[in-house]
Amino acid sequence: MIEHFDMSLVDWSRAQFALTAIYHWIFVPLTLGLSFLIAIMETIYVRTGNEEWKRLTRFWMTLFGINFAIGIATGIILEFEFGTNWSNYSWFVGDIFGTPLAIEGILAFFLESTFVAVMFFGWNKVSKKFHLTSTWLVAVGANLSALWILVANAWMQNPVGMTFNPDTARNEMVSFWAVLFNPVAVDKFLHTIFSGFLLASIFVLGISTWFLLKKREGWIAKRSILIAAIFGLISSLTVVFTGDNSAKTISSVQPVKFAAMEAHYYGSENVGLTAFGVLKRSGKKIGDKEIMDFAFRIRIPGFLSIMTGGDKNTYVPGIEDLVYGKEDSRQILSVADKIRQGVFARDVLNHYKKAIMVNDTGQIRVIKNEYFQDKKFLNENFRYFGYASLMKPEDAVPNVALSFYSFHLMVILGFFFILLFIVSVFLLMKGSIAKHRWFLWIALLSIPLAYIASEAGWVLAEAGRQPWIIQDLMPVTRAVSQISASSVMTTFILFAILFTALLIAEVSIMLRQINTGPKHSEDKL
Amino acid sequence: MTTMISYVFLQHYWWMIISLLAGLLVFLMFVQGGQSMIFSLPGNETQKKMIVNAMGRKWEFTFTTLVTFGGAFFASFPLFYATSFGGAYWVWIAILFSFLIQAVAYEYRSKPANVFGQKTFDIFLLLNGALGPFLIGTAVATFFTGSNFSLDYMNSVKWGTGWHGLEALLDTRNIALGLAVLFLARTNGLLYILNTVDDNDLSARSVKRLVLNAVCFLVFFLFFLITLMLSAGLTFTGGTPGIVVEHYKYLHNFLHMPAVFIIFLAGVIAVLAGIGITIFKGSRKGIWYTGAGTIVTVFALFLVAGFNNSTFYPSVSNFGSSLTIYNASSSYFTLKTMMYVSFIIPFVAAYIWYAWKEINKKKITSEEMNEVDHLY
Repeated sequence: MIEHFDMSLVDWSRAQFALTAIYHWIFVPLTLGLSFLIAIMETIYVRTGNEEWKRLTRFWMTLFGINFAIGIATGIILEFEFGTNWSNYSWFVGDIFGTPLAIEGILAFFLESTFVAVMFFGWNKVSKKFHLTSTWLVAVGANLSALWILVANAWMQNPVGMTFNPDTARNEMVSFWAVLFNPVAVDKFLHTIFSGFLLASIFVLGISTWFLLKKREGWIAKRSILIAAIFGLISSLTVVFTGDNSAKTISSVQPVKFAAMEAHYYGSENVGLTAFGVLKRSGKKIGDKEIMDFAFRIRIPGFLSIMTGGDKNTYVPGIEDLVYGKEDSRQILSVADKIRQGVFARDVLNHYKKAIMVNDTGQIRVIKNEYFQDKKFLNENFRYFGYASLMKPEDAVPNVALSFYSFHLMVILGFFFILLFIVSVFLLMKGSIAKHRWFLWIALLSIPLAYIASEAGWVLAEAGRQPWIIQDLMPVTRAVSQISASSVMTTFILFAILFTALLIAEVSIMLRQINTGPKHSEDKL
Repeated sequence: MTTMISYVFLQHYWWMIISLLAGLLVFLMFVQGGQSMIFSLPGNETQKKMIVNAMGRKWEFTFTTLVTFGGAFFASFPLFYATSFGGAYWVWIAILFSFLIQAVAYEYRSKPANVFGQKTFDIFLLLNGALGPFLIGTAVATFFTGSNFSLDYMNSVKWGTGWHGLEALLDTRNIALGLAVLFLARTNGLLYILNTVDDNDLSARSVKRLVLNAVCFLVFFLFFLITLMLSAGLTFTGGTPGIVVEHYKYLHNFLHMPAVFIIFLAGVIAVLAGIGITIFKGSRKGIWYTGAGTIVTVFALFLVAGFNNSTFYPSVSNFGSSLTIYNASSSYFTLKTMMYVSFIIPFVAAYIWYAWKEINKKKITSEEMNEVDHLY
């Protein structure tokens, strides 16, 4: 996401937002998944009355609490940075983007924060059933909050359900349901929360295998592994399914991102999917951007065509086609044409605003009727409004290497996790999991891999969308707040120091709590 | 039904929701008020622990209300969100920093291996406790006193000074409201401790400090209120020029909206009643009067800022750029959609009340500080 660390305002603003988002996303997926795992564990405790299950639940709940607080803290920064660093964007889309954010607060955050207090402090104050209900509501609240922010993010990837109002110079919502059920939103929500479940499962699995390696907490470790492995296996299979859907949607709404994910430069039929690949510089260029070639790759023949269109004869456009266009039956509009369309739309808007300033009512009426109420103008020109701000066609291409590697790293790790969960269940059923130390080590070392995969997904989503903050409508360069670059640089450094310090404290506390283990909780009861 | 709902009604409705959230936020800042006294109020470590745990069990409500306040502002008045946050950058960043360190401080302060030591996290709580209410109060004061900004024809904000919001600290009226909010938060914090913590010595200490904090609150609040009533404000005329200076604007607002004035007066009386019954009658229920009074008073003050054709975010350098509930709001469709969403608020309030009651039905005692394993 951070491609150039120069002193420009846009780059520092991007760096600050990326920094906050990356730190925030270290904590959120664990909250999403661990909340459900805890709820399942507590349900078993309430149903069986076995105090060991209570001990187990409370142990994971302690780790949940450590992670939860810092997730909330970084979340508030992220929400307000939309305003502080991207004020032009906030106005341009606030009418649409603000709604999910407000609903998130009213509907989800209060649910989460109200019942998390009961969950932590209510063990001896409320009934078992009320406590269990609170734990489930925390899980529901946490995941509901993810829904609304992902709906907002999906809209940035695929703006739907709105129209441009020239009087207010912004996009305005015309269909809430179109925004909520945006195909990108549905895929993104399911893919993201299940990837959170997956990460939390690996977290529980890895820590439990560490207990087995240390030959302690056997009862708790094995039961935690069982729940995490089953929950994780279901989640990882769902992640594959939703990921596939997500990729199909991207291929139609963000074709350049899709081509960059595969480093696919030249369109053709029967295109293979790269299962594994290493990129190298080709020496050729698209504009001023280097074309990447493969030093090595393993391909699944025809699979990319099948994935996007259902059969291997499907034509998959490459980056070059999408930049320079294709005037055959495929009719791919070049970026240069889109820039022309966008410039025309921008000029019309400028004329309209000038007419308003001088109160030229005749001109206002003419422009409004001839352009802004004309579907052809909106479909052929205004949809490319953002292109007016691009300097050259190649600017529409994101960082291919970053998109390619983040995508493939995520996918490869995703399939590895499926295998990990299958082996966990198998060894547990055989009753020999504690004897296979090699496996216990692999499970433990998989914890950081889950975080890498999770962050890689967001790097792809956000870096792959560049140069847009809102696909085709607004580039990031136009969205930034007009403050000095040195101010943003200063706050970037302050946030970087503070986030890092808090992360160090979080990891240190977490490791101590894990090392202390669940017995400690019982001793203090 | 929907055809009867006008755009103007929705703009007023959403300003009322914002005002209500603001009232709730200021009340819930009793958490910050309590935090600001964690070094000065307790007589020993156990008392400090009880104060931290009393506040710590509610910090997320304040945090969530702040997030919702921001989200609701973004959704209903996005031009304010874009203008104020993007322009008064340093004030909002300072507020964010103070809340960032609060969230983790509770969870980490007493945990072993927290790297920086308990004292560091306690200082974080103190900083958030003092700076959070003061800065929010100062920022809100600019809703009346104005800021130095202008908007271009695409509504992009250009801030008039390189201080990006910090210049608000040069206006005594802003400082006065900031301090009033801080001392109100401390007053409410003390009243909450009296209501929640069962410890005679701590209670006696709290009552003693209550007098000083309540007096400070009253002095700064009255200073702000009197200067506000005597000062000029901007009025949206709907004609040309669109925005003009009106002398005694906010006094006129009270006179033109007697219902708002009565609500405001009732709020102030409730605040004073809560303080009074605690000091003079030894009651421990003062927080409910003062809390309700805080919500109502802030609610009325926000209505004064936004209703009666006022500019709720005045520009002192370019009157035409000032924000009103008319020019800063979301579209009719969005406000209407969100109005339906807002109908869920009573349900949210009901479950918060229930959960709050369940958790608070047993007072915090020194014994509990040695029994429970999830302690701050």
